[in-house]
Order: sequence, then C-alpha cells, then structure tokens
Amino acid sequence: MSEPILQLKDIIVTVNTGNEERQILKQLNLTINRGDFVTVLGTNGAGKTTLFNTIAGNLQPAAGQVLLKERDISRDNEERRAQHLSRVFQDPKMGTAPRMTVAENLLLAQQRGQRRTLKLRKLRQNRAHFHEMAAEIGNGLEDHLDTPTGNLSGGQRQALSLLMATMTTPDILLLDEHTAALDPKTSEQLMHYTQQRITQSNQTCLMITHHLEDALAYGNRLIVIDDGRIEADFNAAEKQKLTREQLYEFFDETLS
Amino acid sequence: MSLITSAIGQGLMWGILGVGLFLTFRVLNFPDMTVEGTFPFGAAVAVTAITHGMSPLLATLLAFVAGMLAGLATGLLYTKGKIPILLAGILVMTALYSINLRVMGKANVSLLNENTLFKAKFLTQLPQYFDGVVVGFLFVVVTLVLLGYFLQTELGQAFIATGDNVTMARSLGIKTDGMTIMGLMVSNGFIGISGALMAQSNGYADVSMGIGVIVIGLASIIIGEVAFGELTMNQRLVAVILGSILYRFVLLIVLQLGFNTDDLKLISAIVLALALMLPTLQKKFHVQKLMRNGVTRHE
Repeated sequence: MSEPILQLKDIIVTVNTGNEERQILKQLNLTINRGDFVTVLGTNGAGKTTLFNTIAGNLQPAAGQVLLKERDISRDNEERRAQHLSRVFQDPKMGTAPRMTVAENLLLAQQRGQRRTLKLRKLRQNRAHFHEMAAEIGNGLEDHLDTPTGNLSGGQRQALSLLMATMTTPDILLLDEHTAALDPKTSEQLMHYTQQRITQSNQTCLMITHHLEDALAYGNRLIVIDDGRIEADFNAAEKQKLTREQLYEFFDETLS
Repeated sequence: MSLITSAIGQGLMWGILGVGLFLTFRVLNFPDMTVEGTFPFGAAVAVTAITHGMSPLLATLLAFVAGMLAGLATGLLYTKGKIPILLAGILVMTALYSINLRVMGKANVSLLNENTLFKAKFLTQLPQYFDGVVVGFLFVVVTLVLLGYFLQTELGQAFIATGDNVTMARSLGIKTDGMTIMGLMVSNGFIGISGALMAQSNGYADVSMGIGVIVIGLASIIIGEVAFGELTMNQRLVAVILGSILYRFVLLIVLQLGFNTDDLKLISAIVLALALMLPTLQKKFHVQKLMRNGVTRHE
C-alpha cells in the first residue's frame, strides 16, 4: 500500500527578482505514496504553487530530482508529464477551452497525453459515456454537453475541469485551491464531488487549500509548507487527532 | 452584370486568403503579419514556375508549399525564438520582399502568352469573368473540404484548443508549440495559393502586390461574422468566403460612387476599422435600442 509514486529529492527552485536570486523551494524533500490524498497548507508565498509547478513541469528546479514511479522525470517538460499527471487550477477559466463545447472539452481530456492524429474525433460515439459521467456531478452539466464552456457558471466549469482531470485516472492529481474562486455553497458541492471522484478510483492526490476545515476534513495526510520546506507532515492517524485550534497555534508559532 | 461576376470571382479567390488568415486570427487568436509577404511569395513562386514551363496547377500547389515555408519561419521565430508574434510576422514579411525579388529576378513578371489556370479550354468558352468564378469556386470547395475535415480530427481539435486556452492544452499534453507552427504553416500555405490564383487572374505578379492584403483578409472575416452571427466552426469558414464576396461588392459600390482605385486602400482600411469598432459603437450609441425605438415608438 505504501508504494512511493512520486518523490521529490532536494528540490531547489530559485527566481531572479531584479539583481538578487531568491530561493522559493529550499532543498525540499517529499515522498507521496500511491493512494495518498494529501492536503497542503501554507501561507501565501510559502511555495505551495511553486511545488505544484515543479511537479507538473512548468518550472525546472535549479537542483534536485523529481521521480515518478522511480523514473526520473526532471527533464521532461509539462506536455510529456501530462500523460501521468493532471491538474485543476484555481481560476475556472484556466481548466477548459471556453469556445469549445463541454463534450469537445471532455473529448480532448480523454486523449490526455496521447498522440493526436488525423483520425476523425469520435464525438458521437462518446456522447452517451460523457452524458453519464457528467450526470454524476449532479449540477446539471449533462444537459449542457453542446454548450461552449465559456457560457457555464464557475462552479460547473470547475466541476468539468475536475472531471477532465480525473477521467483518465492519472498517477497524480494536483488540485491548486480549485474551490477558492467559488461561493461557499458551490465550493462545498465541488469538494463533495472531489471526494467522490478520488475515493472511487483511489486517486493519488495533492490538494492545496486555505480552508483549515477542508484540510482537516478531507484526505488521509496533511503537510504544511513554510518558507520553501515541508514544515510538518501528519499521517492519517496524527491527522485524525489534529484539531483546528492546534493548526492555528501551529501557524501562529511557525509563521509569525 | 459582368462587374458583379468579376466581383464574385475575385471574392472567391481572395476568400481563400481570408480562410487562411482565419486559422491564425480567429483560431489561434493572433494577427499574423506574414500574410503580406506570403501572398506575393505565392504569386512570385507560381508565376516563376509557370514561366519556366511548369504546369499552372503544379505551380499553384508549389505556391502552397512556399507559403508553408514562410509560415514555418514565422512559427519558429515565435515559438522557439520567443519573438512576439507581430514582430515575427513583420520580420518574415520584410525578408520575403527580398526573396520575392530574387525569385522573380525583377519587380514585375508578366504572364502574357504563358499558360495559366484560366487558359484551360473549357474556361475560355465561358462568358467573360466566369473563368474566375469557376476557378475560385473549385479552389474554395477543395480548401473548405480539407480544412473542414482537418478541424474535426483529433489533431484539428488539439489545434483549436491551443488557440482557445493554451494553458489547458499544454496541461492535457498537447504540444502547443507544434500546433502553433502547424497552424501558421497551413494558414500561409492557403494564402500562398490565393496569391498564385490572383497573379494568374491578373496576368502578372508584382513584388508590391502584398501591401494591405492583411486588411482584405481581416475584412472578409469580420464582415462574415457581422453578417452571419453565431455559427459552428465549419459554417464560420463558409462565412469568411461569403464575407470576402460581400467585401468585393462594397468595393464595387464605392468605385461606382466615383472614388478612384487609388483610394481603395484607404477605403479598405476605413471599412475594416468601422467593422472592428462596431461592437463598441453599438454600445456607445445604443444602436440596437435606437433601432428598436425607431420601430416601436410610433404605434
């Protein structure tokens, strides 16, 4: 069960701000096991999104290694990693193609990481399947298969992004505050659907969140990132005993 | 009547340029200035090939290959060289001016007494200007069928997604740089064909025949959109062709009003500027409300 699926070894990421070089990730080490659902906490600027960018391949670390299923993928670019790895962004606009319909977007996602050829797309053959998957979300998306995603609500778009990210069961799912731009009720519904998708396929997942409640309620592991390092790492048993107050205290002590 | 026939033929041939430009301007979402060099490049290559004895059809297809090379150059400068797309296009357009002079050997090459697509036997038997309509129509049909098919393939969908949301496309493993380069190549390929057809229709290629063609292409796209509204992707391609023909009619009317052909570029620019400002103007002057009031007020 505790087979490591993703390993980060001594990752250093630097940025140039004007003439000085600043380290965002400082020799960060992290191992994610298959089936982990990790919630990631940290203040703004702690390096959470940088961590995700490093895993996804948008950023090349200055030093260190990224291993996926024991294979070094440090040199692979984002497009190559997409085969094994998917991501939902905070901004609902970023996860879908606005002028393409819901079904067209799903079709694109179904071919994640595959070679795209001059064969005709198979929209009609996949329709029933898409309808069924969209209906599981429970927000009426299945009635909008032919609607351009730009005309959907933010909540529908994020749910679609999540479906698109998980429909091929990638090795790792990265959720970057994917509910933050939504109103509380829609956000709760999406978290519920997220939980359902992840448990259904035992999806390995890292989720950045600013909601302490969500960080405690969801997942089976919790990590706190501060100043470019993993500051704390609670396993399932420790996480269960953890309270909101303890987390608050923790933040007050280490982050002030 | 013959003026209208001529306008339709011209509209069809220029429409291929519009469709090519549509791939970059509307699908990939950027203006590609290469067009102004590719159009005369296609003309220069086709005319030179014809004067060297190549069959007009092959020469026209060669113009497609030439256009693709120009698109490749712009695409590489943009994606690999990280040069902003406007500048990359202007660079290739400028370079092509010299290349066109090299290809033709001089600034203007006539096709007088040379074989062209328009000298095929069955075309010469048609009434005046109908040859342009037939040739234009045939090329438009082939262009639209090929592009319409392509856009419905897996690759075509990945290409559309790249223009629509590049972040998403990349996160799905679509090689967005490759898609951009491919789009620029196909786009400029068709623009090369358009240049080759216009040169054969006019009977010559001129090194300066590319000036302002981007405005003509954009006008076709915008007029098509204004005239036909919300459409599917394949319908939009047809709308560009129809927009191109409508644009020819507009020019025809302007000339009938007594303007000089020297004024055409100025008028083209004004027509396009007005069409582009239409959404803003509508908001500002409440055009739709005014029109509605005009209809309902005096009941």
